[in-house]
Amino acid sequence: MPSPAENPENVLKNDGSATAGDTDATAPAASSAPSESSSRAAGKELVRFDNVTKRFGDVTVLDQLDFCVDTGKHVTLIGPSGSGKTTILRLLMTLLTPEEGTITVDGQYLTHEERNGKLVKPSDKHVREVRKKIGMVFQHFNLFPNMRVLRNVMEAPVHVLGLSKDEAEQRAKELIELVGLSEHLDKYPSQLSGGQQQRVAIARALAMRPQVLLLDEVTSALDPELVAGVLDVLRDIALSTDITMLVVTHEMSFARDISDSVLMFDKGKIVESGSPDKIFSEPEHDRTKEFLATVL
Amino acid sequence: MMTEGMFTNYFLPGIWITIQVTLYSAALGVVVAFAIGTLRTSRLWIVRFLAGCYFEIFRGMSALVLMFWLVFSLPLLLEWRLVPMFAGVLALGLTYGAYGSEVVRGALAAVPEGQREAGIALSFTRWQRLRRIEIPQAWPDMVPPFNNLLIELLKGTALVSVITVADMAYAGNLVRLGSNESAPIYTLLLVLYFVLAFTLTRGMRVIERRANANVGKPQPRGGLLARLSLRESAGEGSGALTTGGAAK
Repeated sequence: MPSPAENPENVLKNDGSATAGDTDATAPAASSAPSESSSRAAGKELVRFDNVTKRFGDVTVLDQLDFCVDTGKHVTLIGPSGSGKTTILRLLMTLLTPEEGTITVDGQYLTHEERNGKLVKPSDKHVREVRKKIGMVFQHFNLFPNMRVLRNVMEAPVHVLGLSKDEAEQRAKELIELVGLSEHLDKYPSQLSGGQQQRVAIARALAMRPQVLLLDEVTSALDPELVAGVLDVLRDIALSTDITMLVVTHEMSFARDISDSVLMFDKGKIVESGSPDKIFSEPEHDRTKEFLATVL
Repeated sequence: MMTEGMFTNYFLPGIWITIQVTLYSAALGVVVAFAIGTLRTSRLWIVRFLAGCYFEIFRGMSALVLMFWLVFSLPLLLEWRLVPMFAGVLALGLTYGAYGSEVVRGALAAVPEGQREAGIALSFTRWQRLRRIEIPQAWPDMVPPFNNLLIELLKGTALVSVITVADMAYAGNLVRLGSNESAPIYTLLLVLYFVLAFTLTRGMRVIERRANANVGKPQPRGGLLARLSLRESAGEGSGALTTGGAAK
């Protein structure tokens, strides 16, 4: 839902509380599901795009986009290819940087850093800190082929979050069990099917205990018979945890099952947004009707 | 006639010197190759530029002339004399390190973009991505071209004989001067270099197989020809070189 730009003072105030929340989020918790922390009280705005424009050369992929996602919500982005959905996820993952506008996560600037009251280019350290709140699952899994399944999931918690090996291993094993791959701990990614690899990638992203999980067409590269297994795992995670999700998918029934709201994109703008029932059953905008007619 | 005494007194110590010079220069070369090769992928243009300068300069200089320079010119400038063997190792290591940096850079460039992105998504630092993700994956592609370079280097060590390091080639020349038996002596030298080179290749094949197993692609040992690596390693070597060169 488009929202007006917020006054920087408010953002700063959020910043204070967010830091307190951050300590909670990185503190170890017993359950394998992402832990609850003070900053994740329902209804609080977690991800915010203000006036974000992204261009590739002459092509404007995102055009002065405003939107925000509240903590715990699952938001699905739909739209024709080239409409900017994936770009939003890649901007959030800092794989791309916007030409204009700001992105904030949990009240902290992701695209900028506040220094002496001015917004400046962020340092690597600042970006890494804010980015720890975000996890991503890629279309092509991108598992590390040089590491076995267990190490793929443990590597970042040990070397980025600084968990002890034992703790990271325990967490990793729980997550690998959650995605149903406990018997494959010692295999290399190349020895797994695409669906299994994608489930490992989900466990790997969750092992960092992100507040936001980005899913970028996670089933598009899979053989049709492997799609269901991956979607079941994700449905499970979506319904049993309070993790915030931003989902780009072409699986409309999945989107309908898990989403709190759906954003329809076209040409870098949100053309329509609302509950999945509304968007899928009674879309208002012609562009949405047209698009849904081609995919449903 | 060449006697047994000539072999044990001159050739054997010479072989040992050749092995030492090869290993020391290879060690220096690998360090230089990784340092320059990774710096050439830096985000900062000035770092890329300086590393590129190193590469171009040392690739373009003759190792032999560099050796002469280190031994004969440097003392005039610094009033400080290098041990000839050290000068030889330095010249070879710096030069072959420059060649090797191209292998490292090419292999790193061939690591799929998705791996970098996954590393960023997990908030690894740039250094952690290199060390834990990119270099381990690029390593199997580096081994065959490194093998080629290592053999080039082994044969290149004969250059140190002209700055009075008593390696195999030096011993050969010395014995020839004493005995006037050019044909058997140079034939022996050729065979000795071949045997050393072949031994190195065998060692590198083991490293290559292990490297591939470590990224989850175990290699079958193959038939007799493959075992002797008469065809396979040559083919793979040149293949990997072209990949490295083509990937920009």
